[in-house]
Amino acid sequence: MTSESTVIRGVCPYGEEPVDFVIAGGVIAEIVKAGTGAGRVIDGSDLIALPGFVDVHTHLREPGHEDAETVETGSRAAALGGFTAVFAMANTSPVADTAGVVEQVWHLGQETGLVDVIPVGAVTVGLGGEHLAELGAMATSVAQVRMFSDDGKCVHDAAIMRRALEYVKAFDGVIAQHAQEPRLTVDAQMNEGALSGQLGLTGWPSVAEESIVARDVLLAEHVNSRLHVCHVSTAGSVDVIRWAKSRGIKVTAEVTPHHLLLTEDLVASYDPVYKVNPPLRTRADIAALRAALADGTIDAIATDHAPHPHEDKDCEWAAAAFGMLGLQTSFSIAVLTMIDSGLLDWRALADRMSVRPARIGHAVGHGHDLVVGVPANICVVDPAASWVVEPLTFVSKSRNSPYSGMTLPGKVVHVFKAGKATVVDGGLAW
Amino acid sequence: MDSAFTDSAFSGPARSVVLDAGDIGRAIRRIAHEIVERNKGAADLILLGIPTRGVFLASRIAASIEQIDGEVVAVGALDVTLYRDDLRLRPTRALEPSAIPDSGVDDKVVVLIDDVLFSGRTIRAALDALNDIGRPRAVQLAALVDRGHRELPIRADFVGKNLPTALAEQVRVRLIEFDDRDEVSIEGGSN
Amino acid sequence: MRHLLSAGDLDVDSACLILDTAAQLASVTDRSVKKLPTLRGRTVVNLFFEDSTRTRISFEIAAKRLSADVINFVAKSSSVSKGESLKDTALTLEAMGADAVVIRHSSSGAPHRLATAGWIQGSVVNAGDGTHEHPTQALLDAFTLRHHLRDGTGDLAGLRVAIVGDILHSRVARSNVLLLRTLGAHATVVAPPTLLPYGVNEWPCSVSYDLDEVLPNVDAVMMLRVQTERMQAAYFPSVNEYSRRYGLDIRRMGLLPPHAIILHPGPMNRGMEISADVADSTRAVMAEQVANGVSIRMAVLYLLLGGMSEDDRKGL
Repeated sequence: MTSESTVIRGVCPYGEEPVDFVIAGGVIAEIVKAGTGAGRVIDGSDLIALPGFVDVHTHLREPGHEDAETVETGSRAAALGGFTAVFAMANTSPVADTAGVVEQVWHLGQETGLVDVIPVGAVTVGLGGEHLAELGAMATSVAQVRMFSDDGKCVHDAAIMRRALEYVKAFDGVIAQHAQEPRLTVDAQMNEGALSGQLGLTGWPSVAEESIVARDVLLAEHVNSRLHVCHVSTAGSVDVIRWAKSRGIKVTAEVTPHHLLLTEDLVASYDPVYKVNPPLRTRADIAALRAALADGTIDAIATDHAPHPHEDKDCEWAAAAFGMLGLQTSFSIAVLTMIDSGLLDWRALADRMSVRPARIGHAVGHGHDLVVGVPANICVVDPAASWVVEPLTFVSKSRNSPYSGMTLPGKVVHVFKAGKATVVDGGLAW
Repeated sequence: MDSAFTDSAFSGPARSVVLDAGDIGRAIRRIAHEIVERNKGAADLILLGIPTRGVFLASRIAASIEQIDGEVVAVGALDVTLYRDDLRLRPTRALEPSAIPDSGVDDKVVVLIDDVLFSGRTIRAALDALNDIGRPRAVQLAALVDRGHRELPIRADFVGKNLPTALAEQVRVRLIEFDDRDEVSIEGGSN
Repeated sequence: MRHLLSAGDLDVDSACLILDTAAQLASVTDRSVKKLPTLRGRTVVNLFFEDSTRTRISFEIAAKRLSADVINFVAKSSSVSKGESLKDTALTLEAMGADAVVIRHSSSGAPHRLATAGWIQGSVVNAGDGTHEHPTQALLDAFTLRHHLRDGTGDLAGLRVAIVGDILHSRVARSNVLLLRTLGAHATVVAPPTLLPYGVNEWPCSVSYDLDEVLPNVDAVMMLRVQTERMQAAYFPSVNEYSRRYGLDIRRMGLLPPHAIILHPGPMNRGMEISADVADSTRAVMAEQVANGVSIRMAVLYLLLGGMSEDDRKGL
């Protein structure tokens, strides 16, 4: 090959037999016997190559909340987390409900260039839940929006939800629903259960999620459109989605890393770092979510990376903002909960963190199996490494990680986006 | 007790018995006699023991006075914890019960009774406490043992035994009502 | 004891220590000189983000009887109404050298946060947080029960207590259920199902929807304030219906065993959860509860501040 080619030497795709990946012209040019590829060598021995991760649910906060995160800092965090594409949620200020805002976000992503930032458009104007936003204009903008969501708020009006599902069929869009029945969750602070009663915190009952998921899969069936369920958090939602898929309804679903690991018990500390929406649930919910991710009922791990400035978490529980960081810890939590437990192998993990999320949101060029000719979006990880989470060292602007101080398995070592190294030896390439 | 240290460097604390049960009984009877003598009888007397062991001593002295004088003497307890000046030097202390006779202390002769008179700070606290309860005609002080080392201008009216001690030594009073026997001993101080 | 945040943090020994200490301190109230020098030089801040004159005054009297300096920091008349956060307020108090902060806050867990977030060094006393807990109320209730139904000492083993009303929103109920359990008593919470928290079956108490059935078998009944605004959120249909089914009137009082007493944390809604004649009857002990509140709060402040503080310890 030419001098411009790069070789990842002796890396194990999906944890299988070691090979050399030869990257040139932005694509995987060759896959050859280990030690035989030619080009600038990056050592991949004892490392695993996976397709670059795709996050269908990230809050980059720009425009409007640059004190918490920007497209640039969020992109840096994403790259270090092994991502090559992230979907930026619409609840910015102004809301991403017009072609102008989504194009701005898209351009900011291109300027940073560490990951493809794919804007998510709002379903309704100002996330108000009343009037459809100009979905078509966003779809035909340079950002080519295909996923629409009022995330942070639920599209609770059944008629609006129906219209949105119908309308996006014109450009093969998908409505990503934040499933939360608002009347059942007024002032809700944590999972409703014995603990919420004991702590005196208003409950967020499972049924408030499940009733919306049930309604929406039936609506999706009725109008034959695509529904994506954001951050599934309950065993009951899993049952509904499993049923819907068995009926052939076009529904996909994501689960967050924190809902795969953390339980509501942490709330007893009243430390707002554990305040998140939907709330941390029970051990039984975690077991159901892991099983659903393993059997494919849940399609994707999505971070719901939600940066908040320190003062919004350094306060009493009720006054604190909902949300947790996720981009820089997602892979390790996935290893801890799904690989170490034997529920997924590396190929399946790649499916849930890259292939399927890319497909859900039409992330062009991402989520391809590692074969010759595909865009070289590659994440190389060290499965044997472990690290201690120290939020002060995060490249994200915010520090609200619930994993602070924990020792987590698995480390992202190198990342290539369209053939270009964005992360080398665990550090950003630029 | 400290006897967990059997190493020769920490040979058990020196301990010598200075009053046995008989001595304590005689001391109490003598104090009772002196109280009656000083106050020309037992009328208008109130004995207030300072918890814990002062309360038992007060009862014993009262019983002794009753034998001598035939008169029933009012006995009570006065916990001084809330008036101590050394509260901040130690973890919070539990309060002991106070029991002031129904007659009150106004215009009575109050005899404060403590087991060991040492720095005088406990008695200072007792005088303050008494001041908040009422206005006795006179206040007197009885102690089973006076070991010296006063830090305040306080003196006992009735003393069972004067016991010269070193500051490092500990005087321990045991009373059968609370401990396993009647005994006063000096412990420690060998270094 | 460093803080008093939850009645659930107290074991039977520490709960009894507070009750016993309060019993000793109660005698001060009967004296002509109602003051002790014990906490001279200590500063107690009453930090009230929620209006509660009676609780604030109770803590204030308690602190003053122990000679502590008392500063009242009430949200309405302070910068809190201008949006100053709990944290900034706490840092201000810390800079001013508060030895203890007595906090009332509408947000559950705010005292817990104040005690653990590292904003202040001093002791924190929970004077009622949101719908979570009100531990000194539970302690004064236990003190009152012990005085009337036991001989004023020891625990409450075997005592049966009904707690009636808006259990869902009641911090008094939560603290009482926990403390009564610790002291060996058996509590039964009585309310319409809408006013019972989800998961109440896992609480260490019995649950009933039927007040008439419960009353003959208890030694004491604790009536909770029911706010009429709950009606708007469909917790119950009308004041009349609530009062008919769960109010304590003369007929229902007749169902109680002769020795049973009636408690209410106040303020009462006469005609709602308790009828006026019951509230004024000799079996109602509300005035004693108020008096006992001062003794309990004196005991808590003494046990928190009466010894070596963290600062003192550092100085050694």
